[in-house]
Amino acid sequence: MRPGQMLSYDYTVAKLFMFSTIVFGIVGMAIGVFIAFEMAYPDLNYIAGEYSSFSRLRPLHTNGVIFGFMLSGIFSSWYYIGQRVLKVSLSESAFLRCIGQLHFWLYMLVMVLAVVSLWAGISTSKEYAELEWPIDILVVLVWVLWGVSIFGLIGIRREKTLYISVWYYIATFLGVAMLYLFNNMEVPTRLVSGYGSWLHSVSMYAGTNDALVQWWYGHNAVAFVFTVAIIAQIYYFLPKESGQPIFSYKLSLFSFWGLMFVYLWAGGHHLIYSTVPDWMQTMGSVFSVVLILPSWGSATNILLTMKGEWQQLRENPLIKFMVLASTFYMFSTLEGPILSIKSVNALAHFTDWVPGHVHDGTLGWVGFMTMAALYHMTPRFFKREIYSKSLMEVQFWIQTAGIVLYFASMWIAGITQGMMWRATDEYGNLLYSFIDTVTVLIPYYWIRAIGGLLYLIGFFIFVYNIYKSLSAPKLNAEPKNASPMGGMKVEVA
Amino acid sequence: MFAWLEKNPFFFAVCVFVVIAYAGIVEILPDFANRARPLEGRQPYSVLELAGRHVYIKESCNACHTQMIRPFKSETDRYGMYSLSGEYAFDRPHLWGSKRTGPDLWRVGDYRTTDWHEHHMKAPTSVVPGSIMPAYPHMFSKDADLETAYAEALTVKKVFNVPYDTPNMPALGTWDEAREAALAQAAPIVEAMSDEGVKEAFKRGEIKQIVALIAYLNSLK
Repeated sequence: MRPGQMLSYDYTVAKLFMFSTIVFGIVGMAIGVFIAFEMAYPDLNYIAGEYSSFSRLRPLHTNGVIFGFMLSGIFSSWYYIGQRVLKVSLSESAFLRCIGQLHFWLYMLVMVLAVVSLWAGISTSKEYAELEWPIDILVVLVWVLWGVSIFGLIGIRREKTLYISVWYYIATFLGVAMLYLFNNMEVPTRLVSGYGSWLHSVSMYAGTNDALVQWWYGHNAVAFVFTVAIIAQIYYFLPKESGQPIFSYKLSLFSFWGLMFVYLWAGGHHLIYSTVPDWMQTMGSVFSVVLILPSWGSATNILLTMKGEWQQLRENPLIKFMVLASTFYMFSTLEGPILSIKSVNALAHFTDWVPGHVHDGTLGWVGFMTMAALYHMTPRFFKREIYSKSLMEVQFWIQTAGIVLYFASMWIAGITQGMMWRATDEYGNLLYSFIDTVTVLIPYYWIRAIGGLLYLIGFFIFVYNIYKSLSAPKLNAEPKNASPMGGMKVEVA
Repeated sequence: MFAWLEKNPFFFAVCVFVVIAYAGIVEILPDFANRARPLEGRQPYSVLELAGRHVYIKESCNACHTQMIRPFKSETDRYGMYSLSGEYAFDRPHLWGSKRTGPDLWRVGDYRTTDWHEHHMKAPTSVVPGSIMPAYPHMFSKDADLETAYAEALTVKKVFNVPYDTPNMPALGTWDEAREAALAQAAPIVEAMSDEGVKEAFKRGEIKQIVALIAYLNSLK
């Protein structure tokens, strides 16, 4: 690049991942809504024989939204943000460009294999790590390719200081790599014994140990996919979109290192009152409460970035999405610690409160942030304005209503369930049989399913808006600062 | 120090890794060997039971049923004695689950019968009115994969020293012996069932998935 020449970023890989974000968003959420309706109306289980039962579809839903939708969004944002904050274009390195493409296509292959195998019931049963060993090996390859891309781009950077977002991407990469490798340690049985299926494997860990490793992974997959990488996005997109600098550098530092240190301890809260040693349960509980500090540190830092500029909430729906996302982040990182307190956990564990808690984080925080990221990137990828601001408003309110219905119904359902399980009569006998505690929840399951449906409808509005944007008249240059939605003038080169 | 780190991605990454790896080392490793010790008298799963366990995993039963009884009166009244670590020493992987849409199953063998399970899997509402569990009719027509179950048993015996073929422990033997043993264990289960198709198939030497699954569920006690 000669001096004075404009750096032109290469969005080919980022665009590919953007499309996969949308496709997996639709598929994963649609399955989620479908299984929510199955719980309210069980006859839906039989629409397609064994392939439509709740139990088969549930891993498809979780893997589809976590590793299809959210991870695609993370990759897409990395291939966008990475170039920009490091001041280097992917097109400057044929090698890294190639790695990026390979990363995408291998990832696609893995996702297709994952869908087919999970649907067929080929599973290790470990939550969010259900894939069998041959696919696990491919997953590791995908991850290595992403690592090469991250550190490769960092290696040829012009901007010497790593921006906050890059810290979080590095942490996502390292965290997931470590967790995934250790949790998926398994022995392929055919290779050892010479009998049976090639796809089958047996876990390296047994019983209580297996559960410990599983929840160290399971909880922290939430950390490094649902949280750390999403913070990376908001630390870039919110300042860009609002034209405001991050509120406090010190708070960024504190919350980053705090989160890194504390998050991994909290997995133990999934095992309270189980057979893992008591001190581990206590540790999981205590660290979960401590986790409020770095989580709220990030969230307040993000919200205070809007200090003095709150009128933007009215003008720019994108700001709204991001502010609501941070608010849900605060909400759900307060709810999590509450659920980790032993006495609350005794009531709420194994109940519907848990999926309720997960979904106010994922729908509110991760979903909103991912869509906001795509809304911000689309005008820059395609040099076209977002088609409709009012559709964004409609989408925002429909989805917000959906989330509220979702978590409110699951809160009530969870507490009802927990109370009924433990209710005894005056002689100390159990008051309810198990089925009583199931049938009483059906109305809440309907509300939850409708809440999920609203969110999905909102997502379709989002997709429609993006689709229409792609066919809008082309601008000559990408918007400079705030997105065109903010009412700012677009500079034409 | 932080400004320096932010300019040195290698050291930055090393720092991040050390900070995140710390929790795992302190929390997971110390008690690892201890927790893997089986309760005295605890036996590893037979080949038929393992095949049933695979059906359980294949259909993701653990998405709705737990296998972990917590030490509360309400749970011990409902499900039986609370869980102990040593009971899980042969569970690879654990199937504790994270959500009870249906009841806990860790001691279901104590209070449900073959006959009950059969009807429950065929038409859940026939035994539990109001149940929202789906039926699993295909388990009655598909064969259990005994060979993969045998492969698993042999693997854990070789790699993790699970005590098959030792005194007072289940015999594993060769594949043919294991198959014979599975048929022998399946016979009384098929006998107690009412499904004609399953009975006919068993006469031809086929073990359906439902038989293996029931063998597994009956072993949970």
